[in-house]
Amino acid sequence: MNSQARALPRVVLVDDHGLFRSGVRAEIGRQVEVVGEAEDVGPAIEVIDRLLPDVVLLDVHLPGGGGQAVITAVKKEHPEVRFLALSASDAPEDVIGVIRAGARGYVTKTISTSDLADAIQRVADGDAVFSHRLAGFVLDAFAAAPSQADVKPSFDPELDQLTSREREVLRLIAQGYTYKEIARELYISVKTVESHVSSVLRKLQLSSRHQLTRWAAERRLA
Amino acid sequence: MRRDPEDRLAGGVAGGIAAWRGFSPTTVRIVFVVVALVSQGWMIPIYLGAWLLIPARDAETSIGTRARHDSRGIALAVGLASLLCVVLGLASVINSWLINTYGWQQVISVVFLVLIWRNAPDTEQAVMRRLVEPLESLGGGRGMRRGLWWRLVAAVVLLGTGAGWLLAAHESVALLRPLAGLILVTAGIVVLLGPWWLRIARDLVLERSARARAEERADISARVHDSVLQTLALIQRRADDPQQVVQLARAQERELRAWLFEGRTLGDGDATTVVEGVRQIQRDVEARHGVPVEVVTVGDCPLDDDLNALLAAAREATVNAAKWSGASVISVYAEVEPKQVEVAVRDRGKGFDPDAVPGDRKGLAQSVHGRMNRHGGSVTVQSAVGEGTKVTLRMPRSAASAAAKGGSRR
Repeated sequence: MNSQARALPRVVLVDDHGLFRSGVRAEIGRQVEVVGEAEDVGPAIEVIDRLLPDVVLLDVHLPGGGGQAVITAVKKEHPEVRFLALSASDAPEDVIGVIRAGARGYVTKTISTSDLADAIQRVADGDAVFSHRLAGFVLDAFAAAPSQADVKPSFDPELDQLTSREREVLRLIAQGYTYKEIARELYISVKTVESHVSSVLRKLQLSSRHQLTRWAAERRLA
Repeated sequence: MRRDPEDRLAGGVAGGIAAWRGFSPTTVRIVFVVVALVSQGWMIPIYLGAWLLIPARDAETSIGTRARHDSRGIALAVGLASLLCVVLGLASVINSWLINTYGWQQVISVVFLVLIWRNAPDTEQAVMRRLVEPLESLGGGRGMRRGLWWRLVAAVVLLGTGAGWLLAAHESVALLRPLAGLILVTAGIVVLLGPWWLRIARDLVLERSARARAEERADISARVHDSVLQTLALIQRRADDPQQVVQLARAQERELRAWLFEGRTLGDGDATTVVEGVRQIQRDVEARHGVPVEVVTVGDCPLDDDLNALLAAAREATVNAAKWSGASVISVYAEVEPKQVEVAVRDRGKGFDPDAVPGDRKGLAQSVHGRMNRHGGSVTVQSAVGEGTKVTLRMPRSAASAAAKGGSRR
């Protein structure tokens, strides 16, 4: 990518652990421009509102409402701000929750520095970032055969299921393939892979499938 | 067929037959007692003969084989038998019904008992001693306890009345009297020998529970050794790599918790669904090889024979990757679809040229292939030098397992 030619993406870090924030800042400070930090829901909304960054790196678990509350509050005023969710846990209901609220991707805190920088760049470019775990969750959530009784079809029925190509792409992501490897494996361009992923993200956010919520609820019990 | 020294009341013959034929030992014992009653006591010498001739499970030879070389024992047996014959001969002159009817059985039983007594190993002698113990106590050998006198008196009265009724009934064909006599005789025997039977039963239970406790202890120490000590050793060896140490410690903690608090065992075969099975592979490989395994699962379903074979193949593929690829992480992806279950094991390690496989890897590949093919599954191996390896395993779901859960959920 020609990221050198462009301005570095402006990033705000939201995480309740100061140590983690300074660690991330030290690690990715060269590849992105960290313009602000916050450790709680209230301050985060205020900082984002003031700085209008390209990307907010957002911890899923925050005291006072969680990452979901930040996204919901900011999206009302500034729909152009993009969020990348970050979490130490992999609880599916949290992950699906922030994605449904509007985050453009989800990565775990164990991600390597270079992968994190790539992910931020990708979100800044308007693409979606799926970690292998998220891909697994999504496949799982969409795999449920809609039971006729309690499904209220979306106004656009296409939102309710994944195409076979999208499924293939997600499967490969779940197996740890990079976008480039996926492109080679499926004989398509990286751009096409990205558009498939974005389309999955859109379905994930807009589908009114009850399964998505119920699936998450089931998982919470499990 | 072997006598079962673990499950015995006398010689373990009934237990042996039960284990051999797959009956319950209690059934066999009841049959023995009934046959003994019907056959005028012939069951007793038959039982003793079986005790003598059938070897115990943990012994190489039967007691009878050893008894053949015991010339003094044989002499003693023959002596006792001839003495008994003389006594019986005298008794027949007096014409006592009881002794006459059971004459030959007694002679044969005495011979067998002497031979068993002299040639049985210590443990079996202990059992026999326990069998004669009440006679000793009756003879005053072990001290007269207060209750014993009452029991003796009651037993003599009951036995006497019972025997009287039984014998009298033979002439006067009344149906109820022999029955009442039988009940009285039984009651007499119970009064006389009941406490002793109870003690034997209690001893057996105690013995069994002690054995169970010992087994449990052995089980725990085996587990601690297999998992905890192994992990500690691994942690020491990898002390310079904090990330791996944390990983090992966490895997071990997870395993111990699962075992202690969720009652799940650590070993193989405890998983009941595909997801549990894959998690188990993850735990084991992380603990034993120190290579992180990333697991993503989609859907779940209960395991059957075919899917167990699939998991076994997946385990081999994962262990293989951990051992040979040199990759820093292995990814395992399992998806349960309505028609089939797919597991993909992938690493970004060294890779290899599938056409020029070294001997040691070929063996493993073949065993993976063999396992899958036997159960109707398929294997695809993609690999190139420097690009890692991907093993894809597919197993069609049996109609039963697919129908049981309909889709792929839970």
